[in-house]
Amino acid sequence: MLTLAHYLVFAALLFSVGLFGILRRKNILMLFFSTEIMLNAINVAFVAIAHSLKNIDGQVFALFMIAVAAAEVAIGLGLVILWHRKHKSLDIDTLVRMKG
Amino acid sequence: MLETLAFYFFAALTLGMAFVVVTTTNILYAMTSLAAAMVFVSAFFFLLDAEFLGVVQILVYVGAVVVMYAFGMMFLNASQEVQERAHAPKVPALLAIALAVVLVALLGAPFIAHYAHNLQESLNPDLDTSNTKLIGFVLFTKYLVAFEVGAFMLLVALVGAMASAFKKEN
Repeated sequence: MLTLAHYLVFAALLFSVGLFGILRRKNILMLFFSTEIMLNAINVAFVAIAHSLKNIDGQVFALFMIAVAAAEVAIGLGLVILWHRKHKSLDIDTLVRMKG
Repeated sequence: MLETLAFYFFAALTLGMAFVVVTTTNILYAMTSLAAAMVFVSAFFFLLDAEFLGVVQILVYVGAVVVMYAFGMMFLNASQEVQERAHAPKVPALLAIALAVVLVALLGAPFIAHYAHNLQESLNPDLDTSNTKLIGFVLFTKYLVAFEVGAFMLLVALVGAMASAFKKEN
């Protein structure tokens, strides 16, 4: 029998995989991919809790989060393309030059 | 029964695809695996009676977000192998494993506490018991997550304070 704990533990594991990507990778696009994984893990937790509470609010929040993630991808990719044009690199360490 | 089977099937597939995303050196493989992981995540929404969200997940993530990444990669000429200077690759792996243990404990502990409710019956909190006992009881059953998040926040604040205190002046 599936319980809320099943879904929450799965969401925790998926979030950890995303965090591993954030910590491990140096490529900016890879960091974006890892962020998407983490956002999806949180969405699963939202929907699972909404299901167990018999409440629709969690699903609405998950929907908002999908919209925010899409906006983030658009803005982030624009900035990354600008950065790549200037520095010919996708290495996150080159962003150290943003330091004032 | 079928639901449980589907859950474990899609959980394994999603985690496997996510792991491919964070470990592969080819950015095209990473993007394709990401799309697959998003499709598998939508399966959980269908399992949780959130059909609309499942459809939106496939449409927005696989239809829009991954396609946006694909366009971005055309601009970036990023389809070749990723060269990354990995420093101490064991440290992030250990950190992520530690975080996975902490998160699973955090999210699973209230349910374990709930199922072990004979403890609750034996304690039977009422106004006659001492305030300390009552606070301890409520803190470690109902508000366990908030309690542990508070503890973690305090640890982060302390480490941050130390890090900024020992920062070298430029």
